[in-house]
Amino acid sequence: MKIVAEPNKVQTLVLGVGNTLLSDEGVGVHVVERLVKLYNIPEEVQVLDGGTLGMDLLYYLEGVENLLLVDAVEAHREPGALIRLSGDEVPAFLSIKISPHQLGVPDMLAAAKLKGSFPQNIVLWGVQPASLEVGLELSETIAPLMDTLVEKVAGELRQWGHVLSPIA
Amino acid sequence: MARIAIDPISRIEGHLRIEVQVDEGAVKDAWASSTMFRGIEIILKGRDPRDAWAITQRACGVCTTVHAFASVRAVEDALKITIPNNARILRNIIEGIQFVQDHVIHFYHLHALDWVDVVSALDADPAATSELAQSISDWPKSSADYFKGVKDKLAAFVGSGQLGPFANAYWGHPAYKLPPAANLMAVAHYLEALDWQRDVIRAHALLGSKNPHLQTYLVGGMATPIDPTSQAAINADTIAMLKGLFHTAKEFVDKVYLPDVLAIAPFYLDWAAIGGGVGNYLAYGEFPDKDGTQFLPQGYILNKDLGKVYPLDHKKITEHVAHSWYEYDDEKKGKHPWEGETRPKFTGPQPPYKFLETDQKYTWMKAPRLNETPMEVGPLARMLVAYASGQPQVKQTVDLALKTLGVGADALFSTLGRTAARCIETVILADQLGAWTDELAANIKAGDIQIHVGSEMWDPKNWPAEADGWGHIEAPRGALGHWVKIKDQKILNYQMVVPSTWNCSPRDAKGQQGPYESALMGTPIADEAKPLEVLRTIHSFDPCMACGVHLLDVNGDEVNQVTFQSTDSMSAPLIRLSPDK
Repeated sequence: MKIVAEPNKVQTLVLGVGNTLLSDEGVGVHVVERLVKLYNIPEEVQVLDGGTLGMDLLYYLEGVENLLLVDAVEAHREPGALIRLSGDEVPAFLSIKISPHQLGVPDMLAAAKLKGSFPQNIVLWGVQPASLEVGLELSETIAPLMDTLVEKVAGELRQWGHVLSPIA
Repeated sequence: MARIAIDPISRIEGHLRIEVQVDEGAVKDAWASSTMFRGIEIILKGRDPRDAWAITQRACGVCTTVHAFASVRAVEDALKITIPNNARILRNIIEGIQFVQDHVIHFYHLHALDWVDVVSALDADPAATSELAQSISDWPKSSADYFKGVKDKLAAFVGSGQLGPFANAYWGHPAYKLPPAANLMAVAHYLEALDWQRDVIRAHALLGSKNPHLQTYLVGGMATPIDPTSQAAINADTIAMLKGLFHTAKEFVDKVYLPDVLAIAPFYLDWAAIGGGVGNYLAYGEFPDKDGTQFLPQGYILNKDLGKVYPLDHKKITEHVAHSWYEYDDEKKGKHPWEGETRPKFTGPQPPYKFLETDQKYTWMKAPRLNETPMEVGPLARMLVAYASGQPQVKQTVDLALKTLGVGADALFSTLGRTAARCIETVILADQLGAWTDELAANIKAGDIQIHVGSEMWDPKNWPAEADGWGHIEAPRGALGHWVKIKDQKILNYQMVVPSTWNCSPRDAKGQQGPYESALMGTPIADEAKPLEVLRTIHSFDPCMACGVHLLDVNGDEVNQVTFQSTDSMSAPLIRLSPDK
């Protein structure tokens, strides 16, 4: 996964978050890993495996216009249900509902707001997890949804004007 | 007599629950519980030991590097591998900057809010704040205009209604003692620390090839190549950039962090007599030099006696489960981690519940003991062991801090002592980062570019059929150990005893309290519905439960709650966040 040393060039940050030791909890990380395997990512887009980090991610948010979060989301839906949230829904949702690292990313966003480096656009693509058991693999319910989720993320990036070409 | 439960207690990571029994305005009994299961060890069984670090570094979002590091050291210990000098120095640098960044974040973004009333900062006079700031440091950001700008920003933020990191706090609590100007100064430094930490941790990106999850660890050395002639390796430019970053790091620590701690402490000197705890301190030691001598020494202290440092035998470490939700065949005895077991068996109440059954099993944390004795780990333990061992930098800096505050060494065994020790350690390590970088530069200049021990012991066919290893490291939060047993080239058993397991330990089979529990005894509580004083002591340990436990939140949507009720009548209605009983 690439590291961009010049954050001022980055317009859009794609942040996969979650704990890859807890099966579907790590879906956000698996999605962004797959995204960079399938597509050439333009230089103004940074794709990051955020793991379970919170405040440490603030560095990558600096100067970013668009933030796309990918995560497992407890939305009280059927396992495998896809969820898209945008704008004010995202931090509001994060501050009330669980994502198990809820005390990390929302705090990061609030700190960004306090510092005046809050992104103009925020979108969250998530999925209702089927399993949060200890394990490195996604559950049988969530694993088949990976390509769909990657396409949702790619589609979102195209909406923001980025050109993604498939890696041959 | 009232019972109070606080859940979760840490501002950033994980799930820690504290229950205290309060009588006549002071804590009479205390229990620490982690309400989530840990299970990482189970994943590791049967895997290639060379891959364990990449898995263990996912155990925690705050301390990824330390688990990777402990894991490679455990495997190196098992396979009797001595890493090259450059790898040793690189590890010291990566770990050292982690300490410095982590401690500053802990102070400003987690702990300061226990002492600093953010809302009171809105009443501050920027001119008075400027005067105060200039009286304690020559840090340039100290004009009245600057503090007015911070105050305006804060007012706008509070006005927006989304308090974020400032939510769920007890603003206006009588235990806050700082004048408004000091509160505003601290808020300004809170904001500056956000920018500062973002910059200094670039050292990890420079050395780790991938951040935030470093990819440079390797059993036998490091993966980042050293090549003075290559742009893709550690070269003279890298060294120059590191020197620049470490200068930035040191400036802030010397001119902001230390002066702030020394300026805030005099308002809270009563906390130099509160929160002492078990009085036994354990350090694994860290930052080996080329002869293997640790910059911060290993050893332990008993009963607050700085006159003697005992040598550590890790085989005397055991973990008990008498009050933990695990099964052993004989729960009266502890187990050394090589023989350790992770057999979860939850017997606690089903949520929602009011209180844990603390006379039985009440936590997912095991109870580590050294020679059957509970031990505190962390910056205070490291500074005390180093101080008692006569480590010159530690001795000098601790003595200077004690003299400045006009207190004796007894003051160290306290909540305030813990907070001051973390700052003292940061000052010393921020200074040492430059020296380690010079050591690396000198090695490279002398033509030594070896970074890995080589392929012989990397190849499993050269391994013994069975091997045991202990990987010990000082993480910012304290002594961290990974124990591995290898059989037929695979992991047979793997146990992690993390700093928060030592500190958040429950009672053992003998009923001895863990460090958090013990430290809370006698803590004054001004307002049972707003137990700020409990948070102060627990936060002074820098709790991070994520690596100790599973991340699933069983309660789902309860972000932060305090429950309390009179135990005179356990059936009394539950009251939440309400000042009148």
